[in-house]
Amino acid sequence: MAADLPPVIVGAGPAGLGAAAALVEAGMRPIVLDEAARPGGQGTRRLAPGLAPAAHRLLGPTGARDTAWREAQEDRVLAACDWRPGTLVWGVFGTALHVVHQGRHETLPFDRLLIATGATDRCLAFPGWTLPGVFALGGAQVALKQHAALIGQRVVFAGASPLLYLAAVQYLRMGLRDLTVIDSTPMAAKLRAAPGMALTAPGTLLEGLGLMRELRAAGVRLVFGAQVARATGMDRLDGIEIHHADGRSERLECDALAFGQGLRPETQLAELAGAEFHFDPALRGWFPITDPDGRAGPHLWLAGDGAMTGGRSAAARSGRLAALSMLAAQPEGTRPLADNLLALRRSVRRLRRFQHHLATAFRWPQDQTARLPDETIVCRCERVTAGQIRQAITQVAGPADVNRVKAITRCGMGRCQGRYCGLTLQDLTAVTSGRPAAAVGRLRAQAPVRPIPIGSAEEEGMSP
Amino acid sequence: MTRHFDVIVIGAGLFGAFTALHLARMGQRVALVERGAVGAQSSGANFGGLRLQGRSVEQYPLSLLAQQVWETFETVIGEDCDYDRNGMIYFARTEAGRKKLLAYADNSRACGLDIALWQGADLRRAMPWLAAQDGMIASYSPRCAVANPRLATPAVVRALVRAGGVLFEHCAATAIKRSESGFCVSGPALGALAAGRLVNAAGGWAGAISAQFDEAVPLFSAGPPQFVTEPLPYALRPSVYAIEGDLILRQIPRGNVIFAGYPRTMANADGQHTFVPPAKTLAGMRAIAQHVPALRNAEVIRVWSGVEGYLPDMLPVIGASRTTPGLFHAFGGSGGGFQIAPAVGECLAHLVCGTPGPVDLAPYAIDRFSGPVRVSDKLAAEFDQGKSAG
Repeated sequence: MAADLPPVIVGAGPAGLGAAAALVEAGMRPIVLDEAARPGGQGTRRLAPGLAPAAHRLLGPTGARDTAWREAQEDRVLAACDWRPGTLVWGVFGTALHVVHQGRHETLPFDRLLIATGATDRCLAFPGWTLPGVFALGGAQVALKQHAALIGQRVVFAGASPLLYLAAVQYLRMGLRDLTVIDSTPMAAKLRAAPGMALTAPGTLLEGLGLMRELRAAGVRLVFGAQVARATGMDRLDGIEIHHADGRSERLECDALAFGQGLRPETQLAELAGAEFHFDPALRGWFPITDPDGRAGPHLWLAGDGAMTGGRSAAARSGRLAALSMLAAQPEGTRPLADNLLALRRSVRRLRRFQHHLATAFRWPQDQTARLPDETIVCRCERVTAGQIRQAITQVAGPADVNRVKAITRCGMGRCQGRYCGLTLQDLTAVTSGRPAAAVGRLRAQAPVRPIPIGSAEEEGMSP
Repeated sequence: MTRHFDVIVIGAGLFGAFTALHLARMGQRVALVERGAVGAQSSGANFGGLRLQGRSVEQYPLSLLAQQVWETFETVIGEDCDYDRNGMIYFARTEAGRKKLLAYADNSRACGLDIALWQGADLRRAMPWLAAQDGMIASYSPRCAVANPRLATPAVVRALVRAGGVLFEHCAATAIKRSESGFCVSGPALGALAAGRLVNAAGGWAGAISAQFDEAVPLFSAGPPQFVTEPLPYALRPSVYAIEGDLILRQIPRGNVIFAGYPRTMANADGQHTFVPPAKTLAGMRAIAQHVPALRNAEVIRVWSGVEGYLPDMLPVIGASRTTPGLFHAFGGSGGGFQIAPAVGECLAHLVCGTPGPVDLAPYAIDRFSGPVRVSDKLAAEFDQGKSAG
């Protein structure tokens, strides 16, 4: 191993920063890359400077104090790192990263790489989801925290995700009153998950119940066991139709809808770096295979929600765990850290187990894809409909694997590379071909994992 | 239980699919055996060019016969494959390139193609998007076309099934045995098939089959890096090829610009994929930015490659085995297989049935590798250094 190369961390969210802190404590100066201009990642995205006066209102007095403390800590850690914001990592080849930084291409060799690229919203298509005014739950939070904007004045939050309540409360605290939450999981299923959640992460469960209480107290309507059947509108959203558990339909007028079905890991870079994958049936998705400390190869570590959904605390701790594993693999010239490894591993495992209980409390809408009308757009980049996908699969010599369905229909070939249609494609392929979701495969990653401008190749630099 | 056929075709790429289709339409009972998915390798991942320029004279009979099929694909096959007679431009910027371009133009004209040569003001008018046009020369062929490779092979296979052929998809042929009455082909998912005649159209894997019958060929697997931009306003109808090989591009009507470029990359060790090294993506992007500066701010959204079978003289093997009666070969498209495939299928089907075919297949005989091997100049120019046909 080339000991002179500093560790490289991709992603300055809780996991990346947790790892960076440990490496700095051990006397190293890791390189930290993030696509964004500021650290924080998605869930702990920093507030736009103009929102600072509202921090107390938005986060609550304790939340604001904790956040300020955490961000000051993060800044101290990053000051001791080689911190490179605004850096898009688009490929991993052998032991080098390929990045675009300030419009220029660079090659960054590494010996130890931690990928902590987090997660994005899991989105299941439904009729009308491509209308302007429809957002992902995470998008609703980005609008608020980064752009200091609300997605609408009459807002519905819908789907199967704990983010429903968090996003709704944030909008409530910013003064919006015309809010509705449509949770597709029936209350009975939530109660079944409660004991498991109480055992694995009682604090998080209480936090979630607190959010629901706050919404109720403000008179926000919470609906359980109902699904959004369609979003309507000519040029933009004007309302939604929901189907209640008892079969009733109801129309709600609204000018914005935020939806989501939980989180999906961002794993393209991990795949290019050589990680293998397994299917997790409870979370209905593919996750990279790592050892308990996040090691996925001789040069590769993975942490945070990009390795296994777990939330902020699990991410920070799994980042630290990965850093400790890196240090153990190559301790020369570093200070030993006094962490209790076993306790750290246990807590990461416990917090991630909580997610499996969450998957019961926020149940995957199993039948939604089967009922999807043929004319619904599944792939918004390439405008591929559910009907075209079904037709492709059922014809003679039709495909039964998501990569082949992609090749034949173009679903997943566009700008987003299947990030937003991938899950619907997986479900639709499974349901239509009558095979289990794990058997229809996983969309393969290829560099570039994000669009890169042609002009960025003109002057190539080498760093560090 | 063994299922009996007249002919077993191994490999549902475009060579195998067209051969099987013609056999079925000639009344043969045909089995088409495919280890993976139909048209998933080079038949499905290539550039989609139906290029008639840039060929030696001996290649034209096959090429022109094939183009007639592409021009009537919907009638012949019963489905559309995004065929578009968009024309093709070759351009040369070096002296060596210019000589090559003019020689190719002579070949094309000798074989009856309409070729326009552009220089100076003509070239500027026809290719205003091309940077640094001074001293360049271009040849334009209106009959060249494109088709969508992802759609073509499955469409031909569906036509085969309608004609009575039997498809065995996701069924690897793990054992091929010679028997008294012909061949027995078997595999775990396939079961056992028997037929009097066997067609080896196994693409990158065909070399193993020919070697089994004592006629090894220097076949190797590689693929050109290809990538595609986000959709842009549709402005570039013809396909554009730099004769120096570093830039091949076309725009599809929905707006994406598709790029391919040399050098080609050797296939991964698994033989199933060709990974595109980022350095090649960047080299391709630099070539685009240099020659077509209007695309500098466009974004590349996807990169891919495939596994293609190449032979050192860059010509396919098409014809009867010299060692084994009843065995026929069609493989090694060498990057040009997509265009000629319809004619390969037709000619080979005639050979298999013992009826006179429309084109002399002598240049494509497998025993041309039994003596000294002719090496195409493309081999040095279009592949990574240090790699060879072995």
